[in-house]
Amino acid sequence: MRRDRLLAYALIAPSILFLAVIFLIPLGQTIALAFTRHGTFGLANFARMAGDLNFRNAVANTLGLVIVVVPLQLALALGMSMMLRHLKRGRELILWIWSIPLGVSDLAAGLVWLGILTEKGYLNTILYHLGVIHGPVSWLTYETPLALFIGILVAEIWRATAIIFVVLVAGTQLIPAEFEEAASVFGATAWQRFRRVTVPLLRPSIQTALILRTVLAFEAFAVVLAIGGQNFPVLLSQAYLWQDTNQDYGVAAAYAVLIMLITLAATLFYLVALRPRAGEVA
Amino acid sequence: MRRLRGSAFAAGVAMLAAWTLLPIYLVAIGGFGGPDAVYRWPKSFWPENLSLDTFRRFVAIGGIWQATEQSVKVALITVVLSLALGVPAGYALARLRFRGATTYRLVILLTRAFPVGILALPLAVSFARFGLYDTALGVALVHTALALPFAVLVTASLFVGIPRELEEAAWVFGCTGPGAFRRIILPLALPGIAATAVFSFVLSWNEVFAAAVLTLRHRTLTAFLLTVLSESPLHIQLAGGFMLIVPSVLFIFLVRRYLFAMWGIASR
Amino acid sequence: MKERFAIVGSALLLALPLAFGAARAKAQSIGFLSTQLRPVVETTRMRTAILKDFPQKVAFIPTFPEQLLIQATADSKRAKPTLSLFGALHGELEPLVPAGLLAPVDALAPMAKARGVPAGLMALARLGTMHEMYIPWMQATYIMAANRKALPYLPKGADLDHLSYQQLAQWAANITKATGRRMLGFPAGPKGLMPRFFEGYLYPSYTGGVVTTFKSPAAEKMWAFFKGMWKYVNPNSTNYNFMQEPLLSGDVWIAFDHESRLLDALRQKPTDFVAFPAPAGPEGRFYMPVIVGLGIASHAADAAGAAALVKYLLEPKTQLLTLEETGFFPVVRVAMPSNLETGVRLEAAAIQAMQSAPDAKQALLPVGLGKHDGEFGQIYMNTFQRIVLRGQTIGSALAIEAKDLQRIMDAAGAPCWSPDQPSQGVCQVR
Repeated sequence: MRRDRLLAYALIAPSILFLAVIFLIPLGQTIALAFTRHGTFGLANFARMAGDLNFRNAVANTLGLVIVVVPLQLALALGMSMMLRHLKRGRELILWIWSIPLGVSDLAAGLVWLGILTEKGYLNTILYHLGVIHGPVSWLTYETPLALFIGILVAEIWRATAIIFVVLVAGTQLIPAEFEEAASVFGATAWQRFRRVTVPLLRPSIQTALILRTVLAFEAFAVVLAIGGQNFPVLLSQAYLWQDTNQDYGVAAAYAVLIMLITLAATLFYLVALRPRAGEVA
Repeated sequence: MRRLRGSAFAAGVAMLAAWTLLPIYLVAIGGFGGPDAVYRWPKSFWPENLSLDTFRRFVAIGGIWQATEQSVKVALITVVLSLALGVPAGYALARLRFRGATTYRLVILLTRAFPVGILALPLAVSFARFGLYDTALGVALVHTALALPFAVLVTASLFVGIPRELEEAAWVFGCTGPGAFRRIILPLALPGIAATAVFSFVLSWNEVFAAAVLTLRHRTLTAFLLTVLSESPLHIQLAGGFMLIVPSVLFIFLVRRYLFAMWGIASR
Repeated sequence: MKERFAIVGSALLLALPLAFGAARAKAQSIGFLSTQLRPVVETTRMRTAILKDFPQKVAFIPTFPEQLLIQATADSKRAKPTLSLFGALHGELEPLVPAGLLAPVDALAPMAKARGVPAGLMALARLGTMHEMYIPWMQATYIMAANRKALPYLPKGADLDHLSYQQLAQWAANITKATGRRMLGFPAGPKGLMPRFFEGYLYPSYTGGVVTTFKSPAAEKMWAFFKGMWKYVNPNSTNYNFMQEPLLSGDVWIAFDHESRLLDALRQKPTDFVAFPAPAGPEGRFYMPVIVGLGIASHAADAAGAAALVKYLLEPKTQLLTLEETGFFPVVRVAMPSNLETGVRLEAAAIQAMQSAPDAKQALLPVGLGKHDGEFGQIYMNTFQRIVLRGQTIGSALAIEAKDLQRIMDAAGAPCWSPDQPSQGVCQVR
């Protein structure tokens, strides 16, 4: 046991050391910045942040987006990895195609979806040919908040489901086919097999995928910015507004600290809610 | 019934594939179609007046090949570093009990929980002090920090899934600890490690923020293209976007085989 | 299998020292970091045409405005800084002063004055200090552009070169009545330049000031008018950053923007579009210049080379070449050639008409705000958001934002600038 512990510390030490030098030092400096205004320590930056005209919208939009998009993506990715498992031919091809969005940068994805959803975009072209609309219609304005939200949702699902999918695929590789076969011998339906055998065995991968995806969801905003513009403020776009336009690094740092706290809270939630239970493989 | 379900299944697979590919196809026709295609209404779904003009102009931009070379360099260093740091840590998290494991997970995630752009100023200044500013290694170090949570957590979740008995069996047959790791665990974990490598490569290839702030004369392709593209006409932006997508898609294609287990107990 | 991994691995390890080495090589050229001339076409023209006749080698590095301060700071902390010259907007150069990144360029001022750079621009270039902190390099301004399809809907008696804001609203209303679509557009997106429309155009034209008159009765009237006009504005405006795109796509027929952000439409389809001056309000036809300046780095690797480059870029011949290649106008005295590119010619004519209109007046860029310039613009955007987008009552929205505006003025310690009347101390919102 003692040997284990020493080995563990030896194995994680390089990464800790690395992060300390590269990241934790500037991180500490920035966090300190968030709590300092005009040389005095305090919450003044946070007060400015909370007084920001778009602060509440940004919080609501960010949380709303994450809460809706992440479960949808998880469900979709689970479905995709199960489909891949039962695919008999062309598995490599399909795996490749489904992983492609992983390689698409945020900005390119934003451009693509703007091109699709905009007034004279591809979506409206289809609707026009179907006779649903008779001319260009705007979906992405402050007058159509629901359509705007759905637009961003769809774009985010397209862009960022692949990361969950890849993690889950890597996890499903390790589930012995015999487990499921055994279950079906005992008369389990496909759904029961999925629910009782596959999902519990995948729990570590699901947890990892959820954590990564949630963390990234708070962080990626190029797509949101491209599609939503000023109409859909999120926490991160506000942080950059304060840093770049307003040149106020203190308030920007306060926003960043808030984002960090929310992300860590979500992570802790996943760690607790999805921890391996007694009697499961772990 | 069975056949019906089979064709519904195939249709589902095909639809999901189309859903993935269609937007990329649209960037391509936007980029190749020139200014007129971008502003047309109603839009055409077929490529018309294809021209390589925009792309030719890209290739002619001074410095684009150096930038490409720089991008590849940065991405490869990132892959090596994130695997070197991430795989051992992932193994430790999965296999060994030690105090502070949860804290460690959270610390690893800190790098992604805190928006990297907000760290730009202190990061750039300390890199300048250490002589890392405007170097491939400097950018790769930041990219490694960004890729590390993925590397650690994904490999950890894989090692958890590999039965401990296999490893113990190897010990029984006289393998030492590291030997067991190399002969038994590593091959099983290879798909996950490949996934990590893909992710690190693609992350580094697409990352623009650190790359743009931490370089001046040695831009990566993404940073290079984005600075010159941001105010360019839409069809040029689309062409640039497409040029960025192609290499990372190719990279995923090249390593796709390793995303599959071809060993032992994995599903058939 | 294993061998292949070993080969890949060792190849990767070999890449590490390569990465180190590349940074050290390369002879030093004059490092010129610029937030302007970023679009790929302009960058290429800068490198291959404009800088061609300069004897020394120049590394022209375009960058995002928001990264200028960070990159300049980082470069100054290196053992061997590589940057010598910054090219950026007046407002982008301001934050470099308190950071100590700009060296005074008083020595170059006589050259600039002799070549005819207006005294007003030179005064602006002091950035609130006792020294010239940059040398004006190029200038531009904001104008309007319209699709020719919109022209039949012009209100009776309206002259494109002497439009009023009332007529603009009527024009847009006519189009909406006839087509059912809202075809007026503004660059109110996240990276759009809408704040300058309020600071340099609408506010001065209606109230004769920008800070002191912020919540005056005239300002209340102005917002009521603007809110009325917004009924005919394309709601996608809050997504637009560059008006040339919606103009080209036909989503918008009439647009206000920075001339360089309209240029592409005029270049690609010169027969489809017209360019014309900004409208006039009760207080006159206010317009705002955009000044791009050249600042020499306080840590310059090659200060002499940078100074020589500044002189070269201000030569009348170079300035004309810059106009032809990029659409940015000269700051020195030059005779305009007649054979300009069509897009540039259309804009030049519009600017000429704007400057020579009998009611034309110039609103200065904010002076003395330093790093608060962006926050200052945000006040106007917030007010716009409150009144026009969220429908808050004009009086209370102005009262709330006026407090923030005053706070910024106090923090910057800035006295009033034109169009506001000069003030004794800090500029006060009345």
